[in-house]
Amino acid sequence: MSALTVREKLAILSDAAKYDASCASSGSAKKDSLKSGGIGSTEGMGICHSYAPDGRCISLLKILLTNFCIYDCSYCINRSSSNVRRARFGIDEVVKLTMDFYRRNYIEGLFLSSGVIRSPDETMAEMVEVARRLRLEEKFSGYIHLKTIPESSAELVEQAGLYADRLSINVELPTDEGVKKLAPEKKPETIRLSMARLRRKMEEKAEPTLRTKKRERFAPGGQSTQMIVGADKTSDDGILHTSARLYGSYHLRRVYYSAFSPIPDSSSSLPLKKPPLMREHRLYQADWLMRFYGFSQPEILAGSGDGMLDLAIDPKLAWALRNRGWFPVDINRADREALLRVPGLGTKVIAKILETRRHRRLRLEDVGRICHSIAKLRPFIIAEGWSPGGLTDKSGLRDEIVQSCEQLSLF
Amino acid sequence: MQPAQFAFARYDVRLDSETDFVGWRGAARRLALNEVRPEDINWHVAPGSDTADLPAAPAGAQLTVPRDFITHAETASCHSDPDRFAFLYRMLWRQRIEPKLLAIASDPDTRRLEAMEKAVRRDSHKMHAFVRFRKIGEGSEERYVAWFEPEHFIVERNADFFVRRFTGMRWTILTPYASADWDGERLAIGPGAAKGDAPAEDDTEALWLTYFENIFNPARLKVKAMQKEMPKKYWRNLPEASLIPDLIAGADEAAKDMIARMPTTPAPHHARVQARHWPKREPAEVPDDDASTISELREAAKGCRRCPLWRDATQTVFGEGPDNAKVVFVGEQPGDQEDLAGKPFVGPAGKVFDAILDDAGVDRQKVYVTNAVKHFKFEPRGKRRIHSKPNAGEVQACRWWIGRELDLIKPDLAVALGATAALSLLGKAVPVTKMRGRVIEREDGLRVFITIHPSFILRIHEPADKEAERERFLADMKQVKRLMAA
Repeated sequence: MSALTVREKLAILSDAAKYDASCASSGSAKKDSLKSGGIGSTEGMGICHSYAPDGRCISLLKILLTNFCIYDCSYCINRSSSNVRRARFGIDEVVKLTMDFYRRNYIEGLFLSSGVIRSPDETMAEMVEVARRLRLEEKFSGYIHLKTIPESSAELVEQAGLYADRLSINVELPTDEGVKKLAPEKKPETIRLSMARLRRKMEEKAEPTLRTKKRERFAPGGQSTQMIVGADKTSDDGILHTSARLYGSYHLRRVYYSAFSPIPDSSSSLPLKKPPLMREHRLYQADWLMRFYGFSQPEILAGSGDGMLDLAIDPKLAWALRNRGWFPVDINRADREALLRVPGLGTKVIAKILETRRHRRLRLEDVGRICHSIAKLRPFIIAEGWSPGGLTDKSGLRDEIVQSCEQLSLF
Repeated sequence: MQPAQFAFARYDVRLDSETDFVGWRGAARRLALNEVRPEDINWHVAPGSDTADLPAAPAGAQLTVPRDFITHAETASCHSDPDRFAFLYRMLWRQRIEPKLLAIASDPDTRRLEAMEKAVRRDSHKMHAFVRFRKIGEGSEERYVAWFEPEHFIVERNADFFVRRFTGMRWTILTPYASADWDGERLAIGPGAAKGDAPAEDDTEALWLTYFENIFNPARLKVKAMQKEMPKKYWRNLPEASLIPDLIAGADEAAKDMIARMPTTPAPHHARVQARHWPKREPAEVPDDDASTISELREAAKGCRRCPLWRDATQTVFGEGPDNAKVVFVGEQPGDQEDLAGKPFVGPAGKVFDAILDDAGVDRQKVYVTNAVKHFKFEPRGKRRIHSKPNAGEVQACRWWIGRELDLIKPDLAVALGATAALSLLGKAVPVTKMRGRVIEREDGLRVFITIHPSFILRIHEPADKEAERERFLADMKQVKRLMAA
């Protein structure tokens, strides 16, 4: 086999990385290059430098160090039994590629992951070395996300946290049974322990040290994880239960849901169909309800019967239709918690409503001007001069709202 | 009162540039203080002119506007709307009598201001994202040059972002109305340029295009979602955009091909990898009733599935202490910290417990501490885990482990810390507050001392009550020490 060019390696190792959903470059500590005279900054808010026709943002150079892997996870294109073409980047090549792309403003930074070769520690050490060189030799202050290998040693994880903005460990599937079945060499227990270890490390480093009174830098962008949706039979309720557990237990910044996508040379144990993109979207919306709207996980799908999110309407509207006793909510009097429950009202719109109503009472048309669409809202609110009357409890309300919202046409 | 001589006058205000906010602010202030109505002013941009001919502000007159209006107005003034300066003056005019105007989100003018700001911020954000530098020259001559066409007048307000980010680089951003240049030390804003003034190519673009093509997943085609965030108006200056039509056209075929391609036989190296790295699939499990030492029992407990609590917990938190301890302390269950660390009594209640044991003169190193239930039971609430009390079934399932621990250690005394521990040790519910301080002898002869769980002390808010409860618990521990000696 003749040696691959950098361009050929890039083709193979970015193709291999595209099944990782996260491309986020947000949530880290602010930093820039004014003092160092180097290259790079993180501004708190992430920047998407491009969009692929799959609608996903391209913020980071998302590549694998190598797609050789000793694991044989059936959902993964890089599993050891796959016939996919293999390649391996040198450390220098990744560093150069990152800097060349960054200087041209193509990217916010690097998301480096890797197949596991030889041993977890050897692979992890190479990833850490890439990050170290970027920070220390290239004076790079852009974003670095390292995928952490669960079995790697504590020292390597500590170094990774020193250079990276974010660390992540994939739980892979929503249940331990799923992992055992589809990723037989992976150990769900080890994955949990690794996430627990990261949380403890982050909490320890958040305390000022005794000697310098300064906080040591350790992955200021926190930790995240990803699970694949639709490769096993777990219900949405089960998936959200796992997410709630992960947020509570390991203080994750984000749980990413990745609709299982068919991969070339696929394993026969998996569904060969288009990825369930709408389901993935509804899961993200439900995840938002837990994190920003004060919903507890069991509430979201309580009373739904099959534990699955309604694909035709968003989870908050679905919840409201099942819990009509909460409504109507008075836009001019209700507290923030009650407003957060109203379908169609987001956190920003609610902030505007709260501010405006200190000065004047809101009519339905005022609310309509502030929010995006009044159709979803009308049956659930009382405003100056407006009461929904029997509309709130009307049967067939769901279908009426679906028609007037044109929600389906958006996708 | 409006001075009579101004009543029918029309003012022509000429600002120095499209982004002359300072000029607008000065003129607006003088005009407003002279009671000039919005409809009596024409605003123009005419480079090189000044606003000296406008009436001066009356001596001592003051114009007050809400502080954040200036910030909002400065952002909105970068909008390409030719009417913007007149509109901002009207907003200023209205706020003299409606100081809360900006808080009325449903007011049409407030909404327009907000929409303008949003458009400017969005265009700025897109500029941060979509500027594409091309490299020219090598070594000390190396420079990075970009051609960008913003929708609004945003070069000046965005230049600092590029300075912060590309401090160590010499760069120039050219746009139709202005340019920004950084020589490594100084930022200079200059006149507009043409596309032809920027370099036409850069070798690294071929790699970027390779990346763009390969990171795209044809099975997830969502063209509208892409165009919403990357509108076509930006495409002409994005090298990768040239690939988009072909990627879209080929996506369906590519996705079908992925699905249709039959699973093939495993790769040749697969068997070798399996043999070398995964010689035996199932790790040898320690059968739990074969354990003859505490450390073997601890190993066996790692995979405990006797009740469903393992599902949400991180790990089994087993007992800790010497195999031959004289006394075994039994708590309720591990908490948040114990679950992460894998050790019992290391959280807040554990710290209280340790301190009181120390005060009582009991050496923690010589006692064995464990829990009635060995997995953490909780309800997630955002980033916190709220402790839930284990139910009788869970306590019953875990009694098996407590039994084995006591069999192997054979202590003189067991201390039940709280009701759950008492239930586990005695096999029946016991009123702890009533029975506190008593010793109950089990059928097998083991003496069980009953007291509260130290977390109870933590839950008391009133300092005097808290201290009293701590003293009572200390007295209990001193009694335990006496019983140990007995």
